[in-house]
Amino acid sequence: MTDTSDNMGAGAPHPTETEYKIGQDNITPFGLDVHNPVFLISGLSIVAFVLVTLMFQQGATEFFGWLRPFLTQTFDWFFLSAANIFVIFCIVLMVTPMGKIRLGGADAKPDYSYVGWFAMLFAAGMGIGLMFFGVSEPMSHFASSMGGTTIEGTARTDWAPLGAAAGDAAAARNLGMAATIFHWALHPWAIYAVVALALAFFTFNRGLPLTLRSAFYPLLGERVWGWWGHIIDTLAVFATLFGIATSLGFGTEQALAGLNFLFGWGTGNVAKVLLITIITGAALVSVLRGLDGGVKVLSEINIGLAGLLLLFVIIVGPTATIFETMVSGGMAYVKEIVPLSMPFGRDDANFSQGWTAFYWAWWISWSPFVGMFIARVSRGRTVREFVFCVIVIPTLVCVVWMGTFGGTAIAQVVADAAAPVKGAALELKLFEMLKPLPLATITSLLGIVLVLVFFVTSSDSASLVIDTITAGGKTDAPVSQRVFWCTFEGVVAATLLLVGGAKALTALQAMAVSTGFPFTIVLLAMCVSLFMGLREAMKAS
Amino acid sequence: MFHQIMVPVDLGHTDQLTKSLTIAAELSKHYGAPVCYVGVANEEPSSISHNPAEFDQLLSKFAEAQAAQYGHKATSRMFVGHDLVTDVDDVLLKAVDEVGADLVVMASHVPTLVEYIWPSNGGKIAAHSKAAVFLVR
Repeated sequence: MTDTSDNMGAGAPHPTETEYKIGQDNITPFGLDVHNPVFLISGLSIVAFVLVTLMFQQGATEFFGWLRPFLTQTFDWFFLSAANIFVIFCIVLMVTPMGKIRLGGADAKPDYSYVGWFAMLFAAGMGIGLMFFGVSEPMSHFASSMGGTTIEGTARTDWAPLGAAAGDAAAARNLGMAATIFHWALHPWAIYAVVALALAFFTFNRGLPLTLRSAFYPLLGERVWGWWGHIIDTLAVFATLFGIATSLGFGTEQALAGLNFLFGWGTGNVAKVLLITIITGAALVSVLRGLDGGVKVLSEINIGLAGLLLLFVIIVGPTATIFETMVSGGMAYVKEIVPLSMPFGRDDANFSQGWTAFYWAWWISWSPFVGMFIARVSRGRTVREFVFCVIVIPTLVCVVWMGTFGGTAIAQVVADAAAPVKGAALELKLFEMLKPLPLATITSLLGIVLVLVFFVTSSDSASLVIDTITAGGKTDAPVSQRVFWCTFEGVVAATLLLVGGAKALTALQAMAVSTGFPFTIVLLAMCVSLFMGLREAMKAS
Repeated sequence: MFHQIMVPVDLGHTDQLTKSLTIAAELSKHYGAPVCYVGVANEEPSSISHNPAEFDQLLSKFAEAQAAQYGHKATSRMFVGHDLVTDVDDVLLKAVDEVGADLVVMASHVPTLVEYIWPSNGGKIAAHSKAAVFLVR
């Protein structure tokens, strides 16, 4: 918290001239403060989708099971091109004079230290993903690259990236690392950066409500407060809630598998409900403690614990190999980034469509949630500082993380082709990788704690974001609304898990990822809108 | 008896503060203690202002209007919170110290069962502040 007695001076931001007043479309039933119609449409359509999916599981599974691959296979060029545009756009913002613009006006001071800020970026952005895929993805690409290419007819049927590296362990490791880093570094963070920067700029510098629709004001003008805006905001709520609820459902199964692996605990329905209740309960406490007392504290603790785990593996694991993997993997990433991001003229369709396009759709479907959360905590940063910290620093962290966990796992497989980590299920790969290292029980338990706390921070920050959108951009709506959304996420996750099982979760997760397609168009428009807004701000200064 | 009075103000609901504002102004004149009107702004745009600087202007004008209406000495001070839904009490408690208030006059609603779980803002200030707190129902 800060205090100031400055009146509006030269450094103060200049609000957009609009007649729209924040909260003017809100209704206040039962002491709530919610946007009409976004709150109602979002809430009711989410309930309807859950019911329809559970009632017609087979049909829903088939439809969404067809829709998601259809989109990523048919429009792979579109996803890949768009992600490249986002990266280039971010670099342009970083190196041009627009980078000098400060979010919140020239006099604004950053609200959070770098440590707190980074902790929240990672906790919201990809904390859980790094835990689950840090071991498995480098291994997958390593294995497929080692396997070389397989051609049936005229098409390749293997899943290796680019031209593979048949039989060459060192080259396969480097290619596998490059492909993994590619999916977790510049491109995904550029996607988040575009959304976050647009929202932060139009909120803190233009005085528009903190909600997705505001980023389109330069393009849509006053129409943004009507149905265009309602559709964008509702879609954002939809993608966020189903993204977080299905992740929570899957995450519960994965965390239980880990607990079962360690302690032999059961994985039945009672255990599932109990774990979802614990996560949701912890998220509720965090929600009630607010941004600083809840999600920030938990994020800092978790990033500290993740750092400890990382250091531990580096020190007690194959240290030299880990550093070699980091360096050679990082260099391979730099070397292969252009071929890997090429939208046309590729023959590795399984990889570029099944992995890359899927990932881009996934990150884009998460971007309203993560972007809005990042925006909220980024006031006071310059555009240049923001872009550098949001895309470059996470890229370096990703190289270190993937190099450590992936490098250790690959080293285990290279040393012993029958290493348990190779055949383990996705959710157990981290624990199998840790098992041969000292203090495995403690580090595995730490891994589970990290996963659970990352779920708590995700659930908490998603509740904040959904509440803000459904309150028409108000960040001070009654706390009971956050409690509602947080509980709702847990209830949707538990219902899907218990009634529909993995099938229903898969179907709705595919649906959530499918929202990546319309959001790609939305994000491209957002780039144009943000560019117009920043150019206008440059002229004004 | 009192040297500095602090009055927390919700600029979005000033119509509900008439009683507490009148009492604060009368106490101010009675003890010759200036009133500092304290407002807590969102960093994000709200239904009150587009940004904290604009909020500060509105608060300053509010204090001037109070001084003109009641004829007491009035100042204003704005604080900014990261998450007002949960932080406002903590910000106000810090404000009591920073303003140097020895009396806080603030409006508070009639307690219900909910207050047993979530104390009202006024309730929490009264429970934790070292200054005298006058809650006006």
